[in-house]
Amino acid sequence: MALKKFVVGCFEDEKVLFPAVEKVRKAGYKFHDIYTPFPVHGLDKAMGLRDTSIHTAGFLFGMIGTTTAVTFMTWVFTKDWPVNIGGKPNFALPAWIPITFELTVLCAAVGMVLTFCYICQLAPFLKRHHFHPRATDDLFVMVIECSEKANEEELKSFLGSVGAQEVNTQVAEEGWWIGKYDEEQELYKEPNIA
Amino acid sequence: MSVTKYESQLREPLVNGNKTYGQVTHDIVHTIEAKPTRLWYIGFYISVALLMFGAYSVYREVVYGIGQWNVNRTIGWGWDITNFVWWVGIGHAGTLISAILLLFRQGWRTGVNRAAEAMTIFAVMCAGQFPIFHMGRVWMAFFTLPYPNTRGPLWPNFNSPLLWDVFAISTYFTVSLLFWYSGLLPDFATIRDRAKTKLRKRLYGLASFGWSGSTKHWQRHESLSLVLAGLSTPLVLSVHTIVSFDFATSVVPGWHTTIFPPYFVAGAIFSGFAMVQTLMLILRKVMGLQDYITLGHIEAMNKVIVLTGSIVGCAYLTELFMAWYSQVPFEQDIFFKYRIAGPYGWSYWLMMTCNVISPQLFWSRKLRRNVLFTFIMSIIVNIGMWFERFVIIVSSLYRDYLPSSWSIYYRPTIWEIGFYVGTFGLFFTCFFLFAKYFPVIAIAEIKYVLKTNGESFKNEMAELESKNVDEFIHEMHHDHHEEGTVKVTHH
Repeated sequence: MALKKFVVGCFEDEKVLFPAVEKVRKAGYKFHDIYTPFPVHGLDKAMGLRDTSIHTAGFLFGMIGTTTAVTFMTWVFTKDWPVNIGGKPNFALPAWIPITFELTVLCAAVGMVLTFCYICQLAPFLKRHHFHPRATDDLFVMVIECSEKANEEELKSFLGSVGAQEVNTQVAEEGWWIGKYDEEQELYKEPNIA
Repeated sequence: MSVTKYESQLREPLVNGNKTYGQVTHDIVHTIEAKPTRLWYIGFYISVALLMFGAYSVYREVVYGIGQWNVNRTIGWGWDITNFVWWVGIGHAGTLISAILLLFRQGWRTGVNRAAEAMTIFAVMCAGQFPIFHMGRVWMAFFTLPYPNTRGPLWPNFNSPLLWDVFAISTYFTVSLLFWYSGLLPDFATIRDRAKTKLRKRLYGLASFGWSGSTKHWQRHESLSLVLAGLSTPLVLSVHTIVSFDFATSVVPGWHTTIFPPYFVAGAIFSGFAMVQTLMLILRKVMGLQDYITLGHIEAMNKVIVLTGSIVGCAYLTELFMAWYSQVPFEQDIFFKYRIAGPYGWSYWLMMTCNVISPQLFWSRKLRRNVLFTFIMSIIVNIGMWFERFVIIVSSLYRDYLPSSWSIYYRPTIWEIGFYVGTFGLFFTCFFLFAKYFPVIAIAEIKYVLKTNGESFKNEMAELESKNVDEFIHEMHHDHHEEGTVKVTHH
């Protein structure tokens, strides 16, 4: 477990968040991440993240499904156990289209979801450090790692100046570990709406 | 930010009330956090009771055999396959809403997609029971799977539509489940992070897979949803096409027609939307979700119902025309002597009234936006669509090519009915659990449309629209300038 020090700035409004993201980049700080309660369009571009290529995985898995289905049915009906069905050809490609299609879709979907879980490192029993409980509710939580270039105090005052409503420092594990949420994460105290 | 996406005032807001993100979370999650109401318990226990009756009916069928049902020569398919096709059809609306409307960028789907997709999964679970138990020796059901076995190995017949069904239904179930669950991850995380009891924190923490809301994860998540939608769209069309192949590839008069795939798909969406209406109208009332499932949503779904109902109506008339035009005496007899007339004529006319004539009332905007009328209509449509499958199956089977094998009048036994009732129990047991423990509305997706299509945004836009052009342009540029994302040259 490698603990690291992070400066956390919370934003309540996208209107403030976007200019802040730009200013942070201009100032030369590197994002650890920004946690948002819903997909904020354009935020990935603003942060300078590259496009995802997860759909390529979907295509490849789909192709695996197609080839498996066609080669398997061909092998069964022409080599392993050819059956004469009313004198019809054993290699009955048109009749295999439904199963080929279904297997393509099945492999693409299952493969893609597994790929997604793998590259995002999501699985049951996994525990992460969450920087703010409201990051999945109504806050946009910007996290910047402290380094030689990014001094803690400097970062804090900088995030405050670009409009973060709440700024704090947290020492936390970067990745995931096997853990239980009820034992390691505090229970929520008060609902944010009175 | 306010003018980055322009939405006409003619379009109703998708979320009523000037909500904040926090309020959206609260509105949807608070029913999960509260104790179940008495109404919920009553509904749940009734469902479980129905499920038990169904389980006993199935038990009798398994122990004593298919003879517990009145299916017989030549009506080998009776209520069981009717119910199978009916339930599969109902499932289709969920995928249409979650996948096809996503590709068509229909914003209103966000309010109803989660519950509709849950309906799909539960309906497919119910549908699957019928062909499996209709096998008779249900313990041999795994023979349909192509696995290396000691009987040769003997493979299933990949040219058979019944085997295509096995692949289609299981793929459909798996893909729908994955699509649904991947959408649920962020919402489970929301419930986890505001949990006030240990058990809730543990369980939703487990279910959320450690979701954090990272921007990179969201980017991949969106890409994943889009591709899954792209895969589900042809999938949902293929599933009911394949179900229709069960009939269309046979040589039975009344089944052997090329119109079946589009006709079945339209019928599936038609009945599915009716079921979505039934469930949504109850859900929004009981859980107080009128701000999220608005009259606009109900109207949009009623438009789909009148469209698909009319397509189905066209298909019925086309069938009649083709039977006459083909000049095949068997086809003509089936349609004109034994379907629209004869002992089962009543079911044909019931189907016609429920599916073709009554939905035409939805051309009136007033009726489309009437909650009670919509509710009644949704039930009528589902009855009609059940009879459609009954008419297709039974009226084609009871009069075959050989008069010597004509059947007597088919009526189901109590155990056949019990099996059907039992699937209602299964469906509603699952749905009640879903409504209590799952976020019935996609929280993250609602938040995403809130600032562009919510009521507060609409008011902002109305203010802007009332200004003159110069002021409007100035404001727009000013806004962007402040945001710093778009470079603007001032004149």
